[in-house]
Amino acid sequence: MKTTYREAMRGAIREAMHRDDRVFLMGEDVGHYGGCYAVSKGLLEEFGPERIRDTPLAESGFVGAGIGAALGGMRPIVEIMTVNFSLLAMDQIVNNAATLLHMSGGAFNVPLVIRMATGGGRQVAAQHSRSLDGWYAHIPGLRILTPATLEDARGMLWTALEDPDPVIIFEHVLLYNMEGELAEDAGPVSIDRAEVRRTGSDVSLITFGLGVVKAMQAADALEEEGISAEVLDLRTLRPLDTDAILETVRRTHRAVVVDEGWRSGGISAEISARITEGAFYELDAPVSRVCGVEVPTPYPEHLERAALPQVEDIVHAVRTLISGKGELS
Amino acid sequence: MTFPPSPPLPDESHARALLRSMILIRRFEEKCAELYTRQKIRGFLHLYIGEEAVAAGSLPVLEPRDSVVATYREHGQALARGVPATTIMAEMYGRKEGCARGRGGSMHIFDAETRFYGGNAIVAGGLPLAAGLALAAQMKGEDRVTACYFGDGAMAEGEFHESMNLAALWDLPLLFCCENNLYAMGTALAIAHAETDLALRATSYGMPAWAVDGMDVLAVEDATRRAVQSIRAGGGPHFLEFRTYRFRPHSMFDPELYRSREEVSEWKKRDPIPLLADRMRQAGMLDDDALAALESEVTAEVEEAVTFAEEGSWEPVEELTRFVHSETGGAP
Repeated sequence: MKTTYREAMRGAIREAMHRDDRVFLMGEDVGHYGGCYAVSKGLLEEFGPERIRDTPLAESGFVGAGIGAALGGMRPIVEIMTVNFSLLAMDQIVNNAATLLHMSGGAFNVPLVIRMATGGGRQVAAQHSRSLDGWYAHIPGLRILTPATLEDARGMLWTALEDPDPVIIFEHVLLYNMEGELAEDAGPVSIDRAEVRRTGSDVSLITFGLGVVKAMQAADALEEEGISAEVLDLRTLRPLDTDAILETVRRTHRAVVVDEGWRSGGISAEISARITEGAFYELDAPVSRVCGVEVPTPYPEHLERAALPQVEDIVHAVRTLISGKGELS
Repeated sequence: MTFPPSPPLPDESHARALLRSMILIRRFEEKCAELYTRQKIRGFLHLYIGEEAVAAGSLPVLEPRDSVVATYREHGQALARGVPATTIMAEMYGRKEGCARGRGGSMHIFDAETRFYGGNAIVAGGLPLAAGLALAAQMKGEDRVTACYFGDGAMAEGEFHESMNLAALWDLPLLFCCENNLYAMGTALAIAHAETDLALRATSYGMPAWAVDGMDVLAVEDATRRAVQSIRAGGGPHFLEFRTYRFRPHSMFDPELYRSREEVSEWKKRDPIPLLADRMRQAGMLDDDALAALESEVTAEVEEAVTFAEEGSWEPVEELTRFVHSETGGAP
């Protein structure tokens, strides 16, 4: 059936609500407004205000309440409107959700799912355009998911809800309108493994979220130039599927990491380090990175475009990488 | 502030239980301070001494099915809740036999058996979590009150106000227990709060709130009982401000530059333990022999806890990374 990322996500929430009475959705404008990105549109009418629960603008309060409700036997889905606002809930996410299991010596686990929109590209300026997915991947105790396909938008949520520990799902704002075919019986998917979205032999484009869409377009462009690019969709930023990263590098011997987040101290640095640690002698060229330029995202279209990784940036990085090493093998 | 007259003494066994609970907390913590100087207990150690009436008076009012969230100054709450002194002490030693396998220490007492959800060392960090526990109980239709302890310092935090609003908005079965000991670490109430009448501020959220003599265990018990009864009857969240005082420094590192000896000794005249013991004596419920018997009972319990901790084991370093993720399916 034809569907969108947004509808796939909504379908996942609906299914979860039907499957388990303990599941409820809570967040800012999830109910009467229908969700800031319309993901939960119509769900209030279907499930009522107890389970599609509008909250005050109190990110720390309602994320903490989600943690408490999880401790109390519920299976909350907490929606934080965007990753930018999640900074107001950092204490609860890092100090409580990620930490309670360990600090309590295994006594209390937190089966909580937090969903939030992430990323830039809509000309909404610095405070609404951040890509901090990699930041959260720094924290032990969290699982970080970045669905980039309709299958993952539909399938990751249920698997996340079955996880006994906290899971954060990052939904890139530019993916919500993505259209495509989704099987009628699409269901839960693994949240452990990266997936090769396109096989290739000359270079590996390693990325996640919206980066997957851009990398696929870059791979198309590169193909016309006779360069065969493999695209690895990480899907899960924590724990990273290191095996999949090393395997693709062993196949292509070149890697370009694409991350909308900043280069310094970012997840791209972590991926690059793992390649160096695990597949150094497989490399025909240094690992290359295409990342967000290190500025707060500006408002004007031309500057925002320049600040975020674009398809042509990826193509350029690959060309440079390959020409630097001479003839293709 | 003047408080209403103290409630009448309860029967002898009940009064004795309250006295015992306060003395246990006092002796347990005096032992902790000693063990800290002997470097058996490390890290931060925040003593509750002086504030015992709050924990001893309020926690026994709760039922086993209720939930408790506390702060990093929580030995008293844990003991009064019934977390065994043995596993608390072992936790402070960092032993595997500790109630959190030694991973939390003094500030992070957790105990699933008694629904004791920590032990939170971020000021006000436990409040949203308590709101969530209360929300879960409400959504599941469970008759379960959540009691959340925090200090006056927490009332300056955004998380406090967010949690008060959520609790009142959603009519949650939640008891806010503010332990106002007049200082946020070393910052006096008046230096940090524009309005120092904390119960008054709580009423602005539309919930019943009142101040209680936190040095009088009977007043604490009476207030808690009334609040909990009202919450169980569907009265929504309540807020109690227990006015109390910490006799010891904030932590073992505190040189106490911010308050005078005179102030401390003035408050010690209202030490909650003699306050109750003297009333019991006057009522003929307690004599020297009975008090001595009680003290030796408590001493034995504390000694047993120390022995348990001393004889405990260290978690093997190979197990360092356990409990970052659940090892089984987790909570059902």
